[in-house]
Amino acid sequence: MEFFRNADIDFLGKKWYFLAFSLVFSVAGLFSMLFWHGIPYGVDFRGGTLVYVKFAQTPDDNAIRAAMDRAGLRNVRIQRYGQISGNEVLIGVSEAETNEQALDRSKMLIINALETNAPQDKQDLNNASVLALKTYFLQKDPLRAGTDAEQRYAAQAQAIVDYRDKTKGGVLNSLDELKAAADPAVVASLQDGFFLSNFAVRNVEIVGPQVGGQLRRQALLATVYSLAGMLIYLAVRFEWIYGVAAVVTVFHDTLITVGAFSLMNKEISLTVIAAILTLIGYSNNDTIVVFDRIRENLKLMRREKLSDIVNRSINQTLSRTILTAGLTFLTVLALYLFGGEVLHGFSFALVIGILIGTYSSIAIAAPILVAYQDWRSNQGKSPMEAASRKESNRGEKVKAKV
Amino acid sequence: MKKTLGWKIGVIVATLVVFLFGIIGIPDSWSGKGLLAALGNRIHLGLDLKGGTHLILQVQVNDAVTVDSDNAIERLKTDLRAHKITYAEITKPDPVNQPEKIVLKGVPPESRSDLLSIVQDRLPEYALTSGADNSWTVAMKPQSLSELKKRAVTQAIETIRNRIDQLGVSEPIIEEHGLGQYQILVQLPGIDDPARVKDIMQSTAMLEIRQSMGGPYASEQAALQQNNGVLPPDTMLMPGHSIGATTGDSGPAWYLISRASAVTGRDLRSAEPSRDENGQPSVSFTLTGEGGRRFGAFTGSHVGDNLAVVLDNKVQEVAVIKEQIHDTGVINGRFGEQEAKDLAMVLRSGALPAGIKYLEERTVGPSLGTDSIRAGVTAAVIGMLAVLIFMLVYYHAAGINADVALILNLIILLGFLGFSGATLTLPGIAGVILTVGMGVDSNVLIFERIREELRSGKTPPSAVEQGFGHAWITIVDTHVTTIVSAIILFIFGTGPVRGFAVTLSFGLGANLFTAVFVSRVIFDWVLNRKERGEALSIG
Repeated sequence: MEFFRNADIDFLGKKWYFLAFSLVFSVAGLFSMLFWHGIPYGVDFRGGTLVYVKFAQTPDDNAIRAAMDRAGLRNVRIQRYGQISGNEVLIGVSEAETNEQALDRSKMLIINALETNAPQDKQDLNNASVLALKTYFLQKDPLRAGTDAEQRYAAQAQAIVDYRDKTKGGVLNSLDELKAAADPAVVASLQDGFFLSNFAVRNVEIVGPQVGGQLRRQALLATVYSLAGMLIYLAVRFEWIYGVAAVVTVFHDTLITVGAFSLMNKEISLTVIAAILTLIGYSNNDTIVVFDRIRENLKLMRREKLSDIVNRSINQTLSRTILTAGLTFLTVLALYLFGGEVLHGFSFALVIGILIGTYSSIAIAAPILVAYQDWRSNQGKSPMEAASRKESNRGEKVKAKV
Repeated sequence: MKKTLGWKIGVIVATLVVFLFGIIGIPDSWSGKGLLAALGNRIHLGLDLKGGTHLILQVQVNDAVTVDSDNAIERLKTDLRAHKITYAEITKPDPVNQPEKIVLKGVPPESRSDLLSIVQDRLPEYALTSGADNSWTVAMKPQSLSELKKRAVTQAIETIRNRIDQLGVSEPIIEEHGLGQYQILVQLPGIDDPARVKDIMQSTAMLEIRQSMGGPYASEQAALQQNNGVLPPDTMLMPGHSIGATTGDSGPAWYLISRASAVTGRDLRSAEPSRDENGQPSVSFTLTGEGGRRFGAFTGSHVGDNLAVVLDNKVQEVAVIKEQIHDTGVINGRFGEQEAKDLAMVLRSGALPAGIKYLEERTVGPSLGTDSIRAGVTAAVIGMLAVLIFMLVYYHAAGINADVALILNLIILLGFLGFSGATLTLPGIAGVILTVGMGVDSNVLIFERIREELRSGKTPPSAVEQGFGHAWITIVDTHVTTIVSAIILFIFGTGPVRGFAVTLSFGLGANLFTAVFVSRVIFDWVLNRKERGEALSIG
């Protein structure tokens, strides 16, 4: 099977279309970042409290909001997430101004507000840890256990928590359900100290404003260092203009990806930044493959125009570019569709970024080289040669091996 | 011309065996369950997959500096008095932001050399500079200052580790975090309700026994009034609760307390929860030999006076010294049962050298972790299968070649994780999936090149030779740039993101071996078995 035998497309001839396409998306993204949604920082960068809750039944958003109001929490964000059948809700308070203690307090307020049916002096079994259960059993000693009490109760506590989390998906509806998992005497003893709320806390994120600022700075630095690393490596391996072209390309990809997050008002979390840095690496891969071929062809076809050489190189590597992009896209799509809620933003960034990264190595990086060349010949300087000179040494090594 | 492949195949098989061992070790049983358990033992899951709490703490290192410079002021005062040097005032101009800076005003010019030698001999960590109007600045030397701050972080880590160990949390991670901002990362697997642990970690537990010179007073103003507006030398006011028999109630109160402490938490040998004579929970402690001698001397010379038990700069208890006490004591106060236990524990573990505050807290409930593993593994298997099948369809027999290389790539990656003890996080699983996608790129590059060479009329062996030769340069370039991104991510990232950087760079490293070396050996092996001129199956 073969998709692109002897492809011969005049990519450079279409550079104005490409430019228009890129401009539309970059400007739309920039516009959204500046005037519409801004950069939708997630809690990692903005600071605040997020509590992810899974309910036993379909949650009632209005009831949750009313409960939060009663608890005195203002500007609470209540949002369904994950699959509808999962009954999962995100409750968030963003307090960029206030300090860490206030954030911690918000978490307690949110959880307490949800525990509407909480009896006095009883713990919530749906949110109890193994440690809490074990401590309780050791105190109650329902099995009249002897010297091995510690181990036996630890095992019982673990079994109960595992059953709750792995079999029941986190929320128990009645204590009787536990009879399948633990000793009946142990389960019976739970009656005195525990009650069942109708929800389980799945995940809590509290990020203080100080850390938020620090993480923002780090994310920015990481991106800048990453770009600088590429620039230097490519300048050393090729010629500085190749490095510049690659970095401009990658910057274009980053801009459009972040723009897409802004346009769709999707939150940018730490993992999204990780995805963007991966994209910088990936998009660069594509660009390098094309550049490598240009360098090789520059040596073989000394008489031809650079634009022809670049076109030829893109066409020669087109099959590989599309295949790799397609396969990587396939895996990322699997991640997006099946990878779960936590990775949603991450895989979304990769889905967008792989499309853009592949496009840009053909539509942005290569035309920059040609544009630079044209500019140089207008200035009356000699055409690009340094790269081919560098390559010729290595080319001989390859030949010698044959 | 046939190639000898014996040693190369040997290398590949050995790699396979070694990394398989890395993944599962030697399992107890070869059943599905036994293998799964073995896998669980070797591959460490991150908090986001197994559930637990992740905390970032800020050590308020200036606390430690304040303590040190307070001591320096006391020493200076004593020595100035001993050398009969007069001075107008000794203060810290900016105690919050620059606690390391002490200003001494109104020293007569003729005392200059004495002052110099005092600072040099008695306060070697401080430097003396002269200012206007006979004033002097005594500031901690920058190097000593940064050492003191670093030491505070190290000590805080040790203290917190002691406390967490006593709580029975398994496999906690407590380490310095970030790039020199005096932060600590604490990871507590299996703890998804961290409130109590947080309280325990945060309590500074700075215990001191000092002399109480007066009180309780209802307020600071009241205390000042009673002392005619001026506090006696070497005393200070401290908040607490009035617990004296005279008042009976437990409202807030202020005490006049000596600045010097008779003994501190450092002199403790042990502390245990106990009950006082009324059956209320309390904490009893024993002092070390040296601490006991000092305490004995202090109580012996102050029979009839009051002593104050001060915890974290709050007066916990005031009691009359009835007789000389040597090495034991009891702390009373309105404790609950659990509070007394926790206090004894934090006293045993030592005081924190500086206060801490929480900057970040992430808790992952175990049910979310279980779901995440399921989702991540599903996505990985589906993505992997899609790629494997596609390669077979598109490249025919050469696809097998790529598939073998990919599977081996995965085995090496997981084996690396097993050997290195690096943790697998959810983004780490994503890194594994991405490795599959990006790893196959090397195969595609090589295969496409071989096809090109075949089309231009080369024989299969020379097309393979050329294909690998040309693609190799490109593969190195692409891998280096991606690994550069991954390394930067590792340096700047935390927790889950680091896990991603780890799997991505391990995966790409392994890919250099599998896509280039292993795949080449398979090609050569296939070519060896073919007749001269027979076609190569590459789609």
